[in-house]
Amino acid sequence: MSNFLEVNDLRIHFATDDGLVKAVDGLTFGLERGHTLGIVGESGSGKSVTSLGILGLHRGGSARVRGEVWLDGEELISAPREEVRRLRGRKMAMIFQDPLAAMHPFYSVGRQIMEAYRVHHRVSKPAARRHAIDMLGRVGIPQPNRRIDDYPHQFSGGMRQRAMIAMALVNNPELLIADEPTTALDVTVQAQILDLIRNLQAEFGSAVIIITHDLGVVAELAENLLVMYGGKCVEYGSADQVFRRPEHPYTWGLLGSMPRLDRDVRERLISIKGSPPSLINLPSGCAFHPRCPYAGREGIPSLTEVPQLEGDGHLVACHLPVATRSRIFAEDVAPHL
Amino acid sequence: MTENLLEVTGLEKHFPITRGIIFRRKIGAVRAVDGIDLAVQPGETLGLVGESGCGKTTTGRLVTRLIEPTAGRVVFDGRDITHVSAGRMRPMRREIQMIFQDPYSSLNPRHTVGAIVGAPFRVQNIKTPQGRKKAVQELLELVGLSPEHYNRYPHEFSGGQRQRIGIARALALRPKMVVADEPVSALDVSIQAQVVNLLDDLQKELGLTYLVIAHDLSVVRHISDRVAVMYLGKIVEVAPRDDLYSRPLHPYTLALLSAVPVPDPARRDAAQRERILLVGDVPSPIDPPSGCRFRTRCWKAQENRRWRRRHLTRSRPDTGSPATSRSPRRSAPVAARSRPGKPRRRSARRTTDRCRAARPCDPAALRRSWTLMPPVGGTGVQDRRDDRP
Repeated sequence: MSNFLEVNDLRIHFATDDGLVKAVDGLTFGLERGHTLGIVGESGSGKSVTSLGILGLHRGGSARVRGEVWLDGEELISAPREEVRRLRGRKMAMIFQDPLAAMHPFYSVGRQIMEAYRVHHRVSKPAARRHAIDMLGRVGIPQPNRRIDDYPHQFSGGMRQRAMIAMALVNNPELLIADEPTTALDVTVQAQILDLIRNLQAEFGSAVIIITHDLGVVAELAENLLVMYGGKCVEYGSADQVFRRPEHPYTWGLLGSMPRLDRDVRERLISIKGSPPSLINLPSGCAFHPRCPYAGREGIPSLTEVPQLEGDGHLVACHLPVATRSRIFAEDVAPHL
Repeated sequence: MTENLLEVTGLEKHFPITRGIIFRRKIGAVRAVDGIDLAVQPGETLGLVGESGCGKTTTGRLVTRLIEPTAGRVVFDGRDITHVSAGRMRPMRREIQMIFQDPYSSLNPRHTVGAIVGAPFRVQNIKTPQGRKKAVQELLELVGLSPEHYNRYPHEFSGGQRQRIGIARALALRPKMVVADEPVSALDVSIQAQVVNLLDDLQKELGLTYLVIAHDLSVVRHISDRVAVMYLGKIVEVAPRDDLYSRPLHPYTLALLSAVPVPDPARRDAAQRERILLVGDVPSPIDPPSGCRFRTRCWKAQENRRWRRRHLTRSRPDTGSPATSRSPRRSAPVAARSRPGKPRRRSARRTTDRCRAARPCDPAALRRSWTLMPPVGGTGVQDRRDDRP
């Protein structure tokens, strides 16, 4: 266990009336301090469930969590609730997608930030307030000593997201999980928030997991990239590798379906046919095979087998033999990316 | 020059803010759309981009006459529809239709797909030669759904398929023009591409004219022929697509373009260096800034102002009071031009260092000094040192 965060074969299943939803099914990855991991995938691929699972927020209810999550040498899945609660907010924190839904509308922003601080530190209210004002200032909220008494609805979207980041960072967490932190924001505000996350990471040296469906955001922030599909990791590698030489047909589709400002306008976008699978009835074998344009080509084992993550550093779960994949990428895919 | 299909002049929509229960007094107005001019030619796609709250959706609803304009004129296909009644508007709705953003709330969950897509025929009382059911099934096929979906309900479909249902409904009466309000922003990336391609194909097949309202600059670039950029109720720049994206003239357009994340880790540093970070938030449309709406956040204006202030205090040290910054406006740019060439600013964050433009928004100066996008097939953002004044 060399990494700061180590996730081992994480499985999160939900029992529902319609059947077992395998939201996350055997996810393994590691993350070091000061590094950023991007998790990409479409809605319903298990990105958010993974992050909540790491924070231990799936306890009770219908969720079945298996596997191991090691944070700085401590195992979290089997640890007692109180233990995890002690770490949550202090050692690991989360930025949610929708700050209006994540903040309590009846309490002032300052009170909520102070609460997050006072849960983990025995300090007086005035001291916590000073700290909260300091944090709000650091995330770039003008006149923090006045805005601290405002309520969430009095903040604009970008400001609310900043307040949310201030709340997550108030205890200097070593692991920060940002779940679609900019999806609800305009591009100019998104640029401000991404800049903020980048600077704060440099300042605090935290490990950051950024979860998004926007490959542009990931390319801005992340060093490593994990592509999820149907609750599994289909490709993992450094951002450079994945963007320059993507291996999995799903990643090809994702990159191809995105219009880009830094390229010529293409006649048509390469789309992925069909729609994301239901997690209750995942297709057998490779979950992507019904949408994969290359499924059923020569030399591919039967579709009942689940492909394993393979590779050296740059991992990919695909039945296509490496040589075939390289040829398809060079001939069919690369010219269109 | 062909006749414009849609022509909008001086369009305004002010939503009143009232106070009081019995005696409702108007205490102000949200100036959502505040005097815009637009023209859309037959067969073209006009993209309307801007941040949330800039009035782009209101504009879409005004031109389809879902709401009544406060002032201005909307001419569609040679007819003035600015103030026509709902009844008089109805026959014209065969010609102009709308696709909505949210495929979940824009379809009635209690109606079958057949009823939803067939509604335009019913409302307009149009007899189809081969029967309504057949017509609807053909429409479903046109948008890539299967005719068997006729009796299903919206909840049985995924987001992308629902958006296709919405498109089929909009196309039922073969309109000339379709106003699409954020047609893909609620969809996943891979589905987005499907719908964008579908809109493209339909335009070619049926000769449609689109007004596409969106906030995603890369999607707008992909589908539009011309692009209009809105900010706080006004259009700040309209240009053919390639011009706008390769040579943006308005500082706001430039900031907007530079804020789009580049999906290429190798260019991360270059992109960050070139990024223009706007400070603060969009001002309230209740009380918009005087003069140029963008001036409170304009990096150009701030650059000039800051530089001018410093320059003036330096040149007249004995007066050193804040009053010097109010000196005649002309003096500073003249001095700016004569200033010896200092090392150029490379980073957007070091905005304060110098003032380059002769006047804040002189298009010629902006055109000379900025080229945002790399040349086709280029490796990175152009080095801007070569255009030193």
